[in-house]
Amino acid sequence: MDMQNIENQITELKSQMAALDKKAAENKLSMVVFSGELDKIIAAFVIATGAVAMGMDAVMFFTFWGTPVLRDAKKSVGGKDAFGKMFGAMLPKGMGKVKLSKMNMGGMGTAMMKSLMKKKNVASLEQMLAMAEELEVQIFVCEMSMDLMGFKREEMVDYKNLTYCGVAKFLEEAANSKVQLFI
Amino acid sequence: MNDDIKVDKVFDLKGLPCPMPVVKVSKGIKEVEVGQVIEAQSTDPGSLTDFPAWARTSGNEILKTEHDGDVIKFFIKRNA
Repeated sequence: MDMQNIENQITELKSQMAALDKKAAENKLSMVVFSGELDKIIAAFVIATGAVAMGMDAVMFFTFWGTPVLRDAKKSVGGKDAFGKMFGAMLPKGMGKVKLSKMNMGGMGTAMMKSLMKKKNVASLEQMLAMAEELEVQIFVCEMSMDLMGFKREEMVDYKNLTYCGVAKFLEEAANSKVQLFI
Repeated sequence: MNDDIKVDKVFDLKGLPCPMPVVKVSKGIKEVEVGQVIEAQSTDPGSLTDFPAWARTSGNEILKTEHDGDVIKFFIKRNA
């Protein structure tokens, strides 16, 4: 009788443990990249690649001003309406065109920062993107931002783990992540 | 100087800023077997806090930290 009772309790505990296990956050970093400026994009990639080094999975969601940064400078697409053309022309086309959020000084500040980065061996944004790809950092791009700004998938960078998504995908990842950041 | 620790592989990370030392060492440690030791040489002062944080998180062990001028040498045993 008693043994049966204990066995029942163990079975119940096991199923409770399994349920808790499902709820537990994964060792993952989910990051929203909202900004499209050099300094903030650097910070985002340093943290994402560092997370992988720390044994975490890293997921980056590019939205709003972060979206144009993922365009490929070498690609161009036609067939955009007036607004799409305007956004396309006014926002940085790719990693090489992003500016500092402070002290840009008509581009002088950004140029100075880039030469300093080179001197101090800090990876360029292009190198950081390549490193993120190698480390299997997953990138999601906000479909609404793409649509609002008139960007087309054909003009985005080639990146192995790049997917288009909406807010639900970000929330699913964020809810399952130990660390969430907004940059 | 290090005759007490047998090093199986050396990683020259000199001149590399954050996050490269930790990124490289996290990949590099997998190039040796569990129980073997790597020596990572960094000139990034941030490594002094970053390497122990990485070791604690990844379950590896820093056997010794040595300063040689601007170079910081970490002797890390692969445990995980």
